[in-house]
Amino acid sequence: MNIYVLLKRTFDTEEKITLSGGKINEDGVECIINPYDEFAIEEAIQVRDAHGGEVTVVSVGSEDSEKQLRTALAMGADKAALINIEDDVENGDQFTTAKILTEYLKDKGADLILAGNVAIDGGSGQVGPRVAGLLGIPYVTTITNLEIDGSNVTITRDVEGDSEVIETTLPLLVTAQQGLNEPRYPSLPGIMKAKKKPLEELELDDLDLEEEDVEAKTKTIEVYLPPKKEAGKVLSGDLGDQVKELVHLLHTEAKVI
Amino acid sequence: MARKVLVLGEIRDGALRNVSFEALAAAKTIAEGGEIVGVLIGDSVSALNKELIYYGADRVVQVENEKLNQYTSDGFSQALLAVIEQENPEGLVLGHTSIGKDVSPRVAGKLSSGLISDVTAIEAAGGNIVFTRPIYSGKAFEKKIVTDGLIFATIRPNNIAPLKKDEGRSGEVTSLSVEIKDLRTIIKEVVRKATDGVDLSEAKVVVSGGRGVKSVEGFQPLKELAQVLGGAVGASRGACDADYCDYSLQIGQTGKVVTPDLYIACGISGAIQHLAGMSNSKVIVAINKDPEANIFKVADYGIVGDLFEVVPLLTEEFKKLKVHS
Repeated sequence: MNIYVLLKRTFDTEEKITLSGGKINEDGVECIINPYDEFAIEEAIQVRDAHGGEVTVVSVGSEDSEKQLRTALAMGADKAALINIEDDVENGDQFTTAKILTEYLKDKGADLILAGNVAIDGGSGQVGPRVAGLLGIPYVTTITNLEIDGSNVTITRDVEGDSEVIETTLPLLVTAQQGLNEPRYPSLPGIMKAKKKPLEELELDDLDLEEEDVEAKTKTIEVYLPPKKEAGKVLSGDLGDQVKELVHLLHTEAKVI
Repeated sequence: MARKVLVLGEIRDGALRNVSFEALAAAKTIAEGGEIVGVLIGDSVSALNKELIYYGADRVVQVENEKLNQYTSDGFSQALLAVIEQENPEGLVLGHTSIGKDVSPRVAGKLSSGLISDVTAIEAAGGNIVFTRPIYSGKAFEKKIVTDGLIFATIRPNNIAPLKKDEGRSGEVTSLSVEIKDLRTIIKEVVRKATDGVDLSEAKVVVSGGRGVKSVEGFQPLKELAQVLGGAVGASRGACDADYCDYSLQIGQTGKVVTPDLYIACGISGAIQHLAGMSNSKVIVAINKDPEANIFKVADYGIVGDLFEVVPLLTEEFKKLKVHS
């Protein structure tokens, strides 16, 4: 089976966000594989181990994303591709990324494409479904279980807390939700092997794309931090009285009840 | 500049979801005096068209087809694209819900348009429609505009106030017949797990439990409190990882981001990843045994104490308040 995983490099979830010059400050920030993409990588490896084939992880980003791609290779992916747009695209959006990934994937004959259901930085969750639509293949978002039997696929997906059981067929794109699996940590031999696994680096030119083909349709005009929340009132006294006071405050002061 | 704006009215259990009324209010800002067209997609939707008009739609286009009795990406995108082709709008708004998140990127891809997802505020400023949305799960915010083509957005439930319902409004309702073909994903079964049908992302009150809840049974008092308040139950990653509850309840940077009117955190320490998912709630109450817990730093009100003592007392007190008011 020919399996592809879409990967994004993101800030570590532990990171505090600061601004410099009106932009998100990236200096000295620890980066990781987007946690939802880790579920996608783990699932891809499990599918390959059960059904044979090859897992390729692909990322649109800058040179810095190589580290996360190597981590995916260390987890067990076979190949990686980095589409480096650093020199060509200044301000891309989801249209940009989806268009580039589609150009990369269109002649690859992928049977299964996996992605995270959302990236924890931009948080739009658009790229997976956009790519599937552009490739003309079906997609299922926020999946928590995947079973493949020949070209038939049975999926469980999370729908706002409920779950749906879906039947569909390959080729297919799915986006991973928490609960799909437990992503493995790269093993030491895995890390050693990853250094020798193929990592292809591409630019827009290699995909026959011009800058104007991928020009963003939206633009960020301002980034700001939310007002710092001040610590509120910690109540004191007899527990029963505290509870009464709390209900009273919620009713009369905060007016939310 | 007056714009024609479409709004998908999302149906759940036979009724329109609140977020669709909020979407109509967002559409009014985008339309700048232009026409707002409500869109209903399903197997039988005509009972709901008046409601869309009462909340701000000038007219409604319905697509009814038995193949649309359940949401599928293929079915709904075909129906929505057919309405877009007929109406040729300058704006399109959906809720940032399971359906909105699933269908919007596909439609945007097909139209080669931009899409601004998960919008929490919207304003017309300097000739542009400016959308505000959280990034890094609410650790920061960005303001975005559309630079080319359709003004397309999905809005987060509970953030944009709906217009006042006006039963004096009336408008034209038309039907569009769409041939739905090639449904490539088939829903075999829907398993209901959400508590009492109150959806976490739309709930006005969320009662959330962490490791301090200690067990599956430990969630029971939280459920009772949520029920009295008409709210939903959520959880921290710690509680999910410990198997006290399903991952679908997880609130945080991985998991759901919620912005209810009232968030009650029970036995949650307040890791930065959890705070990202809830700190933009309007009012936060923290209940925790540890007075040093991080959660108190973002809470408006705190009680230092054992949640198993505090939560049942709170439930009783809210019950009394309900009887009195």
